[in-house]
Amino acid sequence: MSVIESPARSTPAHEQVPTARTAIPVRDDAVGQRRDLRSVPLDDAFNVVGAIVAGIAVATLLFGWLTPMTGFVGWLVVSFIAFLGIYAVLSSLRADRLTVSERIMTALFYSAGAILLSALVFVLGFTVVRGVPALINPNFFVETMKLAGPLDPLSVGGIAHAIVGTLIQISIALVITIPLGITTAVFLNEVGGRFARFVRTISDAMTALPSIVAGLFIYAAIVTLVTHQRSGFAAALAISVMMLPIIIRASDVVLRLVPNNLREASYALGTTRWRTVWNVVLPTSRSGLVTAVILGTARGIGETSPVLLTSGVTAEMNLNPFSGPMISLPLQVFDFVKSPEPHMIARGFGAAATLVLLVLALFLIARLIGGRGPGQLSDRQRRATAAASVRDLRRIEGAARPFRSEPATTSVSTYTTDPSEESPS
Amino acid sequence: MSTESVTEVIPAAPSPRPRSLVSRPVQADRVFRTVCYAAGGITVAIMLAVGVFLSGRAGEALARSGPAFLWTQEWSPETGEFGIAAVLFGTVTIAIIALTIAVPLSLSTALLISEVVPGSVRSLLISLVDLMAAVPSVVFGLWGVFFLQANVIPVSQWISTYFGWIPIFAVTDDTGARITDAGAFTSSAFIAGIVVSLMIVPTQTSVMREAFSQAPLGEREGALALGSTRWGMIRTVVLPFGRGGIIGGTMLALGRALGETIAVVMIISPIFSVNWQVLKTGTNSVSALIALRYGEASQFGLSALMAAGLVLFIITLIVNFTASTIVARSRSGAESN
Repeated sequence: MSVIESPARSTPAHEQVPTARTAIPVRDDAVGQRRDLRSVPLDDAFNVVGAIVAGIAVATLLFGWLTPMTGFVGWLVVSFIAFLGIYAVLSSLRADRLTVSERIMTALFYSAGAILLSALVFVLGFTVVRGVPALINPNFFVETMKLAGPLDPLSVGGIAHAIVGTLIQISIALVITIPLGITTAVFLNEVGGRFARFVRTISDAMTALPSIVAGLFIYAAIVTLVTHQRSGFAAALAISVMMLPIIIRASDVVLRLVPNNLREASYALGTTRWRTVWNVVLPTSRSGLVTAVILGTARGIGETSPVLLTSGVTAEMNLNPFSGPMISLPLQVFDFVKSPEPHMIARGFGAAATLVLLVLALFLIARLIGGRGPGQLSDRQRRATAAASVRDLRRIEGAARPFRSEPATTSVSTYTTDPSEESPS
Repeated sequence: MSTESVTEVIPAAPSPRPRSLVSRPVQADRVFRTVCYAAGGITVAIMLAVGVFLSGRAGEALARSGPAFLWTQEWSPETGEFGIAAVLFGTVTIAIIALTIAVPLSLSTALLISEVVPGSVRSLLISLVDLMAAVPSVVFGLWGVFFLQANVIPVSQWISTYFGWIPIFAVTDDTGARITDAGAFTSSAFIAGIVVSLMIVPTQTSVMREAFSQAPLGEREGALALGSTRWGMIRTVVLPFGRGGIIGGTMLALGRALGETIAVVMIISPIFSVNWQVLKTGTNSVSALIALRYGEASQFGLSALMAAGLVLFIITLIVNFTASTIVARSRSGAESN
């Protein structure tokens, strides 16, 4: 309130003229204190910290001494509820009802984010930490389980066959889904029409296809009718059915972001539809498309249930996707932890950690490549575009030299910097 | 000045009829269009083939069991006594538990991302939520079995002790006597629901976040200018505008929760009877049934499993179509404002 009152007191001229006319406030140096809009007020920070400490203390008291409650999760829940209550009481000492509800809701939002993040970190960290005993043995990555029994120590046997199986299956799936998925996305965006809307609806519905149903479909259609045996190829087909809608949807979003004036400029130059797609739309959205494919790969690599029905379980290396069972990493994890032996469970965690690290690596690559909208260039691409513009200018001016007298050095320098702001078409 | 000269020129043009603006596509374009239509057609054909093959193979089992398939609880195709009542009940139970946990969590996270945190943190959080969606289901299952189970059992025991008077939270044996032994709380629908909830939160969060970020700026600023707090602004502007996103995202997540397989298989201990006591050991789901029984199934047993898969397929399809209709309608409504 003090901030609002102070300018009124410092302008007495204002009060002397009570007419309803707009008056220019008298300028003096008494500018009120600048309001801090950003940082958390000190007493609120104290409230938060105090409430957290008090909540933890209350929960610890309840769990340790006053009641027979046990368990870490229960302790967390009780401390959180105690924190919310104490925070509300502390805030209401200094603020009105609106402010208290605002603070409580903000605390709830932050804690939801914290729960989600800590769950993510905890799930991944738990897997990797429990997987370390298996991962530190180098044989884990180069040997198969052919000669290793459930009771053998971790220094015998490994998951080389599962890693190879995963790579073969995901490669086949990518060979199928990249052309099909991106062409379908191009169809949805560039061709359009009633059928395209229908295809979009269907591919949206496919994203919710339960993975076990995809496996069952491939089992019914391919394994029992065509190949008559479980194989890596059937598993790759099942993974493709799961990955296809993901890639279509992600590419569709990326292609939709390509600015329309690029397409129009291309058509205005007299190109065909096909040339516009190939030379303008696809290069413009290249990084986004690559990101879409990598994210689809990360999802496909972790699919267990379609593979469970279609690929079969084996302990041996199988390099032929068309004959014999071929295990993949997630299925190997599932198979390992079915055993009650601690060594097999440790191997399961090791395989799961490998899978998690693979997914994390794919995700990081996707983030490094992606994150730029269509038409935004990296430094290297920008230099290449600038160099190409210079070449074009020289070529044009070389052809036009007999008709021009002035030297072209100044225009070259402007052209080398200009295209960096433009799109690469 | 120039217009006069133009009006004089045009009647003098020799062409007797207007030029046709329709261009005939060149050969390359015709090929391009054909390829595109073919790709779209293949995508649709795959989806239709899923339905056709499942119904074709399920026909045998469905013809034998008739409508009793929907309300029989046992699953023994060899004796002809099989139905999905128990597994469908388990599927829905797990999905409802998962949604009960996931809806508040994802609603708050979506609001945190779209309304509270500044830009740089926002894109980091969005990436992390996307990463969470890519964590394989088998990893969540491992975590659920080897960590969560042991830590949630005390919570389950506490709930059943103090809220046992609500029938679904009671844990009793066949005679109705209350059980407090920790062994009665393992592998329950509750634990499976918690794990599934973590797997559906990312989907739900990203749909809701998109809907919230489309709430119009003018109304937001209007609310703030009238003296509303941020929560007041969220309550009166963001949530009403994002209602379609909330409902649609929840239904999309429901579709995923119904179809979740491996994590559920790893956690539950399968039973073939309707178990109302969600904290008690033993539940089942359609996808878990398929994953556990496909190996030893006879030709007819496989047909029965296909029938179960067909029911799951149809349910998720209905849920998902409804969800995407709601999301699409809410999106167009937000744009017109």
